[in-house]
Amino acid sequence: MDVMKRVPIKEQEPQVRAANFEEVCLGYSKEEAMEEASRCLNCKNAQCVKGCPVGIDIPGFIQQVKEGNIEKSYQVIAESSALPAVCGRVCPQESQCEGKCIRGIKGDPVAIGKLERFTADWAGENGVKPAPASQKNGRKVAVIGSGPAGLTCAGDLARLGYDVTIFEALHEAGGVLVYGIPEFRLPKERVVAQEVDNVKALGVKIETNVVIGKAVTIDELMEVEGFEAVFIGSGAGLPKFMGIPGEQANGVFSANEFLTRNNLMKSFKDYDTPISEGKKVVVVGGGNVAMDAARTALRLGAEVHIVYRRSEAELPARVEEVHHAKEEGIIFDLLQNPQEILVDENGWVKGIRIIKMELGEPDESGRRRPVEVPGSEYEIACDTVIMSLGTSPNPLISSTTSGLDTNRWQCIVAEEENGRTSKPGVFAGGDAVTGAATVILAMGAGKAAAKGIHEYLMNKNA
Amino acid sequence: MFPIVKKELLADKIYLMVVKAPRVAKSCLPGQFVIVKMDEEGERIPLTICDYDRTDGTVTIVFQTVGYSTERMKELNEGDSFRDFVGPLGCVSDICEEKNLEETKKKHIVFIAGGVGTAPVYPQVKWLKEHGVDCDVIMGARNKELLFYVEEMRAVATNLYVTTDDGTYGFHGMGTDQLQALVDEGKKYDHCVAIGPMIMMKFVCILTKKLEIPTIVSMNPIMVDGTGMCGACRLIVGGEVKFACVDGPEFDGHLVDFDLAMKRQQQYKTQEGRAMLKLEEGDTHHGGCGNCGGDK
Repeated sequence: MDVMKRVPIKEQEPQVRAANFEEVCLGYSKEEAMEEASRCLNCKNAQCVKGCPVGIDIPGFIQQVKEGNIEKSYQVIAESSALPAVCGRVCPQESQCEGKCIRGIKGDPVAIGKLERFTADWAGENGVKPAPASQKNGRKVAVIGSGPAGLTCAGDLARLGYDVTIFEALHEAGGVLVYGIPEFRLPKERVVAQEVDNVKALGVKIETNVVIGKAVTIDELMEVEGFEAVFIGSGAGLPKFMGIPGEQANGVFSANEFLTRNNLMKSFKDYDTPISEGKKVVVVGGGNVAMDAARTALRLGAEVHIVYRRSEAELPARVEEVHHAKEEGIIFDLLQNPQEILVDENGWVKGIRIIKMELGEPDESGRRRPVEVPGSEYEIACDTVIMSLGTSPNPLISSTTSGLDTNRWQCIVAEEENGRTSKPGVFAGGDAVTGAATVILAMGAGKAAAKGIHEYLMNKNA
Repeated sequence: MFPIVKKELLADKIYLMVVKAPRVAKSCLPGQFVIVKMDEEGERIPLTICDYDRTDGTVTIVFQTVGYSTERMKELNEGDSFRDFVGPLGCVSDICEEKNLEETKKKHIVFIAGGVGTAPVYPQVKWLKEHGVDCDVIMGARNKELLFYVEEMRAVATNLYVTTDDGTYGFHGMGTDQLQALVDEGKKYDHCVAIGPMIMMKFVCILTKKLEIPTIVSMNPIMVDGTGMCGACRLIVGGEVKFACVDGPEFDGHLVDFDLAMKRQQQYKTQEGRAMLKLEEGDTHHGGCGNCGGDK
């Protein structure tokens, strides 16, 4: 074994997986996991932990894997994270824990994400659950939204003994984990439903089909239903469109709609919700959501193009996702931008007019600003366009809660270290505060807010 | 789970269900809607709230069997449950807001209800009656067999005019013909609410624009989540993109782009037809009928 190289992981072959919705990455066996774990140097001042937004004791759990004590490994992770099977799969480890790993200086960093995933999957298969709080304190806290931020906050509070209820607007708990991230990256039954069950095992109640701001307001939850504190983790689910001609044509979807139909409503399984499969699909955008939409359309049988206005170096999607997408046969049309969607006489998409771009001076985000190349317009014939341009927070909760400050992007204003908002007893975190970001950052915010709520209620008690 | 406490066949293919949903019943108001999902495999279907009982914690929905999912839904009976029932969604109807009551009382209001649109008109008229506001109602259907809620509506409307397209009951003609006749007789209206199929709302709006009567319509585009996160229900109103589920469903009818909305409503027609055939003919249907996309 070469200690500089990580133990390779099994994946479905690209040609095979491009036609199914099974998970791409098959994970480590116990032997492989133990071998990979033995590469960890067990640093005293572990840099990897500093790279993890929820501060998992990484050398701690990896030493247990190395010894073959997977149940103990799971308990170490469970102290810090409520969703290890999710995070091990979808975190951008290359820029977090693994990006800081000492092994990475001369060789491959330790495969921390894959080891976390192995531990969590093993625990799931062997019925190992996190331990609930030994004592309940009977104090009620409401959590709005059951995405990564809400589940983490609820899990941490339940472990501290609080009586926690999560309110979810959709019919399934999980937020973006159920409606956004596809089955082939994050299996719903085997992984997401199980992690949600683990949060319930801690004593958390989940009420689905409740839209806060419509069925009941936050003020009513606090004044009438007896919740002493509220955490808002309602995310950023409002899709953006470009505002170009033809965008209302049949066959133009937001990535949220396309992915919700397929992931949450399970169109791919022949459930009742229809989806427009498309023969030739153009996905506009370059983030993880764009990759997910493109790879989903491919699996439904289409030829898929990703149209992105900057170059490959600026693609916001994870490197692993871009790599997987290319292997599966997604065509990348980089440095190009749509100008108009072409519509036939029946109101359906028949093509898209694109202009080529070149990179100019860096903009305020530090990325080089794309500039149109005059006269370079051309058309791509297609029957489906999926807009994946990002999302912003839904104003429903902020507009129906008295005294809750938002900024000009309609994000809720909250303190980073404890989630406090302008309204006493109300905390917020995740995409509702930052705008669209990552699963693990939302979990970090949920964790900070749980601590903030605990401190607030302890002081209130005194 | 949300139990069905009452089921009734109101007219040909039109069903009423009273569903136990305490959180919805507690906070809903006329103009709002719910989304129902009958079981694990079911799709999410938006339905306007037709009545509610805050004490019993129930909400009434009315639907017409028009496709695969509603055909499946009508098989549910009293004692069965909906897996999911979420609401109230969308905005409260402006004329049913207490804060606008003084303004509303000054108005001469006419409602025009088409087909199953009678059901969502009813709670608005009832609410207005309870708050001391008079209004006239024109309700119409293609024929006598499709009429329902005639007596209920008569009890809450100041004047009720019933029309059928084929003349089998009441006024022979469309709702628009009846409105024109009333205006010709000297009736004055300065507020119209039209709820029904998009094509009917479009023609009401063409007429009321000519008659200079401001008109509110309740739009019924394709929806998925109903909470503003996907944009499936987007419409162009006054040149701007609006999401019917959060900005509506009621809009100024003279500003709605109906032709676009009707095209968007057709988006899944072939797939709906295919699903319908699968339900009717089961495994015996193998394509080639000309309606199913012919995947033989």
